[in-house]
Amino acid sequence: MLNRETIANLVLAALLLAVPLAANAFGQPFYVTLATRVAILALAAAGLNLALGLGGLVSFGHAAFFGLGGYAAGILATHAFSGDPLLFGWTGTNQMPVIWLVAMLVAGLVGLFIGLISLRTSGVYFIMITLAFAQMVYYFAISWPAYGGEDGLSILVRNQFPGVNTMKPVSFFLICYGVLITALAFFVLVRASRFGSALQAARQNEVRVATVGIAPYRIRLTAFAVSAAITGLAGALFADLNRFVSPSMLSWHMSGELIVLIILGGTGRLFGPLAGAALFVVFEYVLGGLTERWQFFLGLILLGTVLFARGGLLGLLAGKARHG
Amino acid sequence: MTLALALEQLLNGLQLGVMLFLMAAGLTLIFGVMGLINLAHGSLYMVGAFACAAVAAATGSFWLGLVASLACAAAAGAIVELLVIRRLYDRDHLDQVLATFALILMFSEGTRWLFGSFPLYLDIPPLLQGAVALPGGAQYPVYRLAIIAAGALVAFGLYLLIGKTRLGMRIRAGESDREMIGALGVDIRTLYTVVFALGAALAGLAGAMVGALQSVQVGMGEPVLILAFVVIVIGGIGSIKGALLGALLVGVVDTMGRFLLPQMLALFVPPSQAGLIGGAAASMLIYVMMAIILAMKPRGLFPAAHA
Repeated sequence: MLNRETIANLVLAALLLAVPLAANAFGQPFYVTLATRVAILALAAAGLNLALGLGGLVSFGHAAFFGLGGYAAGILATHAFSGDPLLFGWTGTNQMPVIWLVAMLVAGLVGLFIGLISLRTSGVYFIMITLAFAQMVYYFAISWPAYGGEDGLSILVRNQFPGVNTMKPVSFFLICYGVLITALAFFVLVRASRFGSALQAARQNEVRVATVGIAPYRIRLTAFAVSAAITGLAGALFADLNRFVSPSMLSWHMSGELIVLIILGGTGRLFGPLAGAALFVVFEYVLGGLTERWQFFLGLILLGTVLFARGGLLGLLAGKARHG
Repeated sequence: MTLALALEQLLNGLQLGVMLFLMAAGLTLIFGVMGLINLAHGSLYMVGAFACAAVAAATGSFWLGLVASLACAAAAGAIVELLVIRRLYDRDHLDQVLATFALILMFSEGTRWLFGSFPLYLDIPPLLQGAVALPGGAQYPVYRLAIIAAGALVAFGLYLLIGKTRLGMRIRAGESDREMIGALGVDIRTLYTVVFALGAALAGLAGAMVGALQSVQVGMGEPVLILAFVVIVIGGIGSIKGALLGALLVGVVDTMGRFLLPQMLALFVPPSQAGLIGGAAASMLIYVMMAIILAMKPRGLFPAAHA
């Protein structure tokens, strides 16, 4: 049976596919790029949603994983271009599937390490320690000059995907859309699995979970690392979209924005990240066209959402769906 | 490396620590009493700096600017508390983070609207210009010494306020059991506004004092805010004593790390490399320190009893 949330989800998924295809047909590549941005930001937020929405882990440091994914793509592509060996004589690569794998691996491993320490704490301490770890990565990227330091790193030619011309905006959009839908399907599987139940239960009542013999720490650590890997993958795509990586991808504003996307869309909901990312990019575009001071109004809208419209866009569209 | 240089760096570290304490004291008080994470604290720091720069430019007096920074930051804090923050006390931390993140966007863009994108400059008052000789022969600016002294005075004043006055008694009572002191007839809503305005005034003071050392610009509060978070996490959230110790620790470790690490590395690797690696390592040093402290003591060095 279709409930209101499923209908809203299907409409969102169809819209995100239809708008750029139509824009492409009418020769408006700019809107295709905008839609690609939505898909990538939604993917990054979907990663965070696993930790934040299901696990209740308010990570204020996911920009670290986003940026690490971006730098993974940038560094591999730079070495592939110049032919300088990166590690053990390997000269990097410009093949997206390999880059994605490396980005997820790097982000996931760093996530595992950060989670290992951060998850010993909870509440505000967790928020702040994740923030601090992300700052650590940020300052490292700024002061390490080998890959551009503060100026960032350009990717001269967009990386390649077997059988696809990635320089065509609509082809690249379809790649990102495919990755996003795959990630959302993965989210559904996780949410329905035993692991997902344990993760959600640990958010709702940690003591009970521990009493039935499940260690919340390990469940959370796994969720955190997987969440980091997905956000890292989004970072790699984002780097390819802009053909540029800079420390701003690692900044704490980025971490804040990722949380904003989830809240705008609806915390813990499958399509919350997509709804939030679409809303955010549209705000940015529409407000940015109306006034130079769009950030002020973005803040105002955000404040209004937090104070008065709890549940986000999907909460408005589909009503309250979950408890706890 | 000479003794004088090391002494100079140590004093710089102390000065940074004192500034961080002014920020961290407000943050930790607000968290301790109201249970609120305030990301917009850095914006209040910026408000203080802009108020001081604007008034000093209009009247020619740094001291009037200082008064204005206290007044403006406290007023901004009180208004924000009345309009927004008081709706957030019984929300979860996620909502608090989001709402105060939204406030940062509004404060930053609003300030840019009022003052434009160019940084303002603030001159050191004539009374505090010049330098004194340190043992070992180096010259050290009087103004930085004055900041250290001012910070020490504020720390002592806070100690008296919290420990010895009726208001302080209520603040402490609010930290340990806010429902009970409400039941005993203390107007808890006003108390919250006062605590928030007090924290804001301290942040504004810090902003004004630093404004004379750096340029006054939008976004200046954010790096300090994050350092202040590191401070209160290390010190134990809710503890003023922890904030003081954490602030001095972070200030000195950060400054001495930037000074010493490249020199120590120079013993092992070529100097150009040492500068780069040392610089990168030094900028991460306090975060590493925080991670180590939290790994051993997840609630910080001086955990508040109730949290």
